[in-house]
Amino acid sequence: MASSKTITVEVDDVSYTDDVEPRLLLVQYLRERLGKTGTLIGCDTTNCGACTVHLDGVSVKSCTMFAVQADGHNVTTIEGLARDGKLAPLQQAFHQCHALQCGFCTPGMIMQSASLLTENPHPTEQEIRDGLEGNLCRCTGYQNIVAAVQAAADGTVSSDSTVSADSDESETAGVA
Amino acid sequence: MTITEVGRSRLRKEDAHLITGRSRYTDNITLPGMLHLAMVRSPFAHAKITSIDASAAKSSPGVVAVLTGADVAAEQGSLPNAWPITPDQKAPAHPAIAVDAVAFAGEVVACIIARSAAAARDAVELVDVSYEELPVVLDLEEALKDEVLAHPDLGTNKSATWIFDSGEAGTGKPISEALNGAEVLIERTFYQQRLIPAFMEPRSTLVDPTGEQITVWSATQIPHILRLMLALTLGIPESKVRVIAPDVGGGFGGKLQVTPEEAITVLAARHTGKPCKYTETRSESLMAAHHGRAQVQKVKLAATKDGIVTGLDVHLLADMGAYLGLVTSGVPILGAFMYNSIYKFPAYRFECTNLFTNKAWTDAYRGAGRPEATFAIERLMDELAVELGMDPLELREKNWIKHEEFPFTTVAGLEYDSGNYEAATAKALELFGYDELRAEQVRRREANDPVQLGIGISTFTEMCGLAPSRVLGALSYAAGGWEHAQVRVLPTGNIEVVTGSSAHGQGHETAWSQLVADRLGVPFENVEVLHGDTQTSQRGLDTYGSRSLTVGGMAVLAAADKVIEKAKVVAAHMMEASEEDIEFTDGKFSVKGTDQSTALGEIAFAVFSAHNLPDGFEPNLDSNATFDPQNFSFPHGTHLAAMEVDTETGQVTIRKYVCVDDVGVVVNPLIVEGQVHGGLAQGIAQALYEEAVHDDAGTLVTGSFVDYLVPSAPDLPHFTTARTETPSTTNQLGAKGVGEAGTIASTPAIVNGVLDAVRHLGVKDIKMPCTPSRVWAALEEAKTTGGVQ
Amino acid sequence: MIPSAFDYAAPATVAEALGVLADAGDDVKLLAGGQSLIPVMKLRLADPAMVVDLGRIGELSGVRDDGDALLIGAMTTHHQIATDPLIAEHLPLLAKAAATVADPQVRHRGTFGGALVHADPAGDMPAPVLATDATFILAGPNGERRVAAADFFQGYFTTAVDDGEILTHIRVPKYTGWGAHYEKFTRVAQQWSIVAVAAMVRVEGGTIAEARIGLTNMASTPLRATAVEQALVGAPLTREAIATASAHAAEGTDPASDLNGDAAYRRHLAEVLTKRAVIAAAGL
Repeated sequence: MASSKTITVEVDDVSYTDDVEPRLLLVQYLRERLGKTGTLIGCDTTNCGACTVHLDGVSVKSCTMFAVQADGHNVTTIEGLARDGKLAPLQQAFHQCHALQCGFCTPGMIMQSASLLTENPHPTEQEIRDGLEGNLCRCTGYQNIVAAVQAAADGTVSSDSTVSADSDESETAGVA
Repeated sequence: MTITEVGRSRLRKEDAHLITGRSRYTDNITLPGMLHLAMVRSPFAHAKITSIDASAAKSSPGVVAVLTGADVAAEQGSLPNAWPITPDQKAPAHPAIAVDAVAFAGEVVACIIARSAAAARDAVELVDVSYEELPVVLDLEEALKDEVLAHPDLGTNKSATWIFDSGEAGTGKPISEALNGAEVLIERTFYQQRLIPAFMEPRSTLVDPTGEQITVWSATQIPHILRLMLALTLGIPESKVRVIAPDVGGGFGGKLQVTPEEAITVLAARHTGKPCKYTETRSESLMAAHHGRAQVQKVKLAATKDGIVTGLDVHLLADMGAYLGLVTSGVPILGAFMYNSIYKFPAYRFECTNLFTNKAWTDAYRGAGRPEATFAIERLMDELAVELGMDPLELREKNWIKHEEFPFTTVAGLEYDSGNYEAATAKALELFGYDELRAEQVRRREANDPVQLGIGISTFTEMCGLAPSRVLGALSYAAGGWEHAQVRVLPTGNIEVVTGSSAHGQGHETAWSQLVADRLGVPFENVEVLHGDTQTSQRGLDTYGSRSLTVGGMAVLAAADKVIEKAKVVAAHMMEASEEDIEFTDGKFSVKGTDQSTALGEIAFAVFSAHNLPDGFEPNLDSNATFDPQNFSFPHGTHLAAMEVDTETGQVTIRKYVCVDDVGVVVNPLIVEGQVHGGLAQGIAQALYEEAVHDDAGTLVTGSFVDYLVPSAPDLPHFTTARTETPSTTNQLGAKGVGEAGTIASTPAIVNGVLDAVRHLGVKDIKMPCTPSRVWAALEEAKTTGGVQ
Repeated sequence: MIPSAFDYAAPATVAEALGVLADAGDDVKLLAGGQSLIPVMKLRLADPAMVVDLGRIGELSGVRDDGDALLIGAMTTHHQIATDPLIAEHLPLLAKAAATVADPQVRHRGTFGGALVHADPAGDMPAPVLATDATFILAGPNGERRVAAADFFQGYFTTAVDDGEILTHIRVPKYTGWGAHYEKFTRVAQQWSIVAVAAMVRVEGGTIAEARIGLTNMASTPLRATAVEQALVGAPLTREAIATASAHAAEGTDPASDLNGDAAYRRHLAEVLTKRAVIAAAGL
């Protein structure tokens, strides 16, 4: 058995020091050691993006990093996105635009969208679609996810609990 | 009753925990002392197991036990097939862990039980299994010959043959008349490639055997059916099994199954006395979770010269794969009633042969039988239009059921209760800009533009609301099609709705809250929906087949109505009036002709305290209802796709996609649109991207998301969606179901559009998925064959 | 999903890394960005006894002006290549190609040097680098050695890097003022290239003065489309002339057949994509 390594990682503003096997993936460290089960595993080939977190502020797939590589770094997961009990604009936007159904891709989608908006605060629809090319969703057909990212970028996210009831004829879902 | 909720785009109650990472998918759950499982799977598609040496695995660090088929042969039973479509249907025994032989690559041959997932995985490599390879049968035409057998013991690859004949059934004329006398006969063979449901959450099962009851958490669409089937398969009293479907990350039919892995996890927990968890990898999921579609369709369409269809003859070969899963055998039958679609054919015959092959077994995948049927007829209608030189829409209109002709009994024997194909089509044409796109198509053809434009049409209907129990009985399905609900009134007047539907992304918590809020006149926020735990929701038949609202939702409304009836008795007593004089509106019971009233909440507390109730009144308002539909519901729609084909590379892109769906009365437009979007994505994926491909040895080549191409955001267009609303008359709400509509309609729309773009270049057909290389090859072939149709 | 166990070292300098490599034996893998290595380890298609992580060696990262060339650290990420101002000015081809690699998350972790040493025939960085005539700088037990791009890619997943050596930098000549384009063909966005073409052209007074074309996934290694390059030199800046020259794109190629297309289709694609890449690079 390979010898374990001691790592110190700041995750969602809390510093953790742990002994880990070198082969332990960052996502497994987050889920199994820290109980951060909000970050999910959807594939084993770095395609689906469900495990996306931020490493020092940029999106990475936490299934394609060993925990030892995160030693000394800062990780933000979906669980650290809301601040002071207030949803981040993207979280609110995903809710408002009905950008999730089963919810399994959602943590990764939101984390990648956040990284996308950091790099490009005012993306076009095509830039949003391209920016999410590494995240698979099987429920939504992506349309409402794209709308949610657009809404978050445009600052049109409201805190209302409903959207208008007459959206049934609209060409786009979500933001009425 | 004032309707304030039904029809309103309520944001979902389900979202809060999912957008903050407080999700509770099965793999997120950990129990004290929990052991981890890893499966040893066969690398061969067909082989005898001659020996298994697990000694090295057993002594590997952290390993607690290794189970082989021989170890559990006496207790594992045979996994269930609930749909013997004919009395003489053949089915191989289906042990959860293979005992003597394997019949597809990926079949479980042993299970490692270890203290950590890593230890379990490490030990997989150490199990030494000796196989004697057997010849494989993979292709349906080959399977039909019975030269190589998927299961030599069965003596044949044919599981069953099922026939519907309108002449014999008395629903139409004999097909022979139509075929013999046809002025025009279109004969085609279509291939429904094998697909993989590819839900985003890999399957996971956690079993806790401690205590008096076995508790099973599983990523399943069917907690109720799973409970019953695990009990029957493993010989455990049903009362000793509790199944919980916590957050479930999508299913699309793929989690409508009683899986080997679920049974094995129960066996492992029983053997060790400890909680055991198994979570599959994506590679395992693609290889061993059931697949869908996989049919060869040989079809003949007879018509007159002026475009009146006179008959349809369908011969199907359906790939069961290696085993019959829960409803494997019935999937083609679900399509049998849909080939005539929205049209008035006088004669129809359907014959399906179910065949075994050495591949993963097939079963329900979004639409299950109906997408295949719709594809065939919508492709045929385009082919007929080309043959006759007619506009494909005009041809469809000539043959479809007019809105004034409903209710209409079809040649397949179904009674369509309502529909308005003219209205949906007119709206779609307007949104699409049909005439302008046709004009552009002509311009591009004339200019010999390297990027050609095509217009694909799909007018469809489907049967939803599975299903009237008597119909299922007539089709030899083992269970019924009812759904159950309970409405509980808490002392505060808040409402708990317990539903037998089992949502895994559909938003039932929100929609059912809307239904009950309207019916009981309570605030949306005051309704809580409970589901997915057989201990809470004791009765149910779960979620699939676009059934939840039209069956489950009706059960909820029926239970709410019973609450009102019970509360009326108490209201009359409290206000010293006779029951006949009590009216209920907007959450208040009032005495006719007076200003006296009392709210449901007040009655709830009075019932809770029980200090002063009518004599003999049982002190609760809770009510149960079971709803069994009398008919299916028939959503329909018109989908139009403008397709661009780059003739230099074969690349296909969707320029514009418009769909107008008629799903009847809509409870929550936001949720309905979401269902349509997702359905479209999956139907488009069949047309353009996805295919499960095996090599000659039966190994899955598309064994990861690197090769099994699920489209991502840049691969799909913005959809223009709209609705018409023709209420169903078979349920009190007028709803029809929407879960599968997009998937069923979009595949033929896309393929028809691709062909329309290149047909003038001599291309007659392209197999799905229409990959660039296939499109290019078809164009090249057309060049060498002269390019004229 | 769970790799085999391995020993792990994360040296802080190249010298230290070489020392670790020297002691590590045969069964060792260098970990750069890990975006190709970790997936194959998860599938247990690779199970090295030791992994040497280059991620802590600061000197391997970044882009530096080096006179007539840019000196690019092997651990520079695809994202950095795609967004670096020096690269945008002098080597836009690399920026354009890097922006097509996999997806944003992978580009944040995956490295330029890692992709080159991995040498996947369908990878997007080798063909552009080959087209630039870059020089690979390798550190080894006997000091530094330099390998020309033409000699670097030797076969499927095989390069000139020997056991015990580390690719530290890639010195890429500047092509300031050249038009550049990377034309990538896939079935879905997040896919390895079925075929891709890297093109750089220098236009002078209405004719193409110089051209450099690299082909992705047209053989077991990246290729130069030399026949096209020769045909383009001196050609007028017209679509017709470019199309005529691009008809040579498949000469000398040996593409594989797979699910995405057979060899004949790939040869055809090479011609079409070369035409498109050159037209785009020339700004037509």
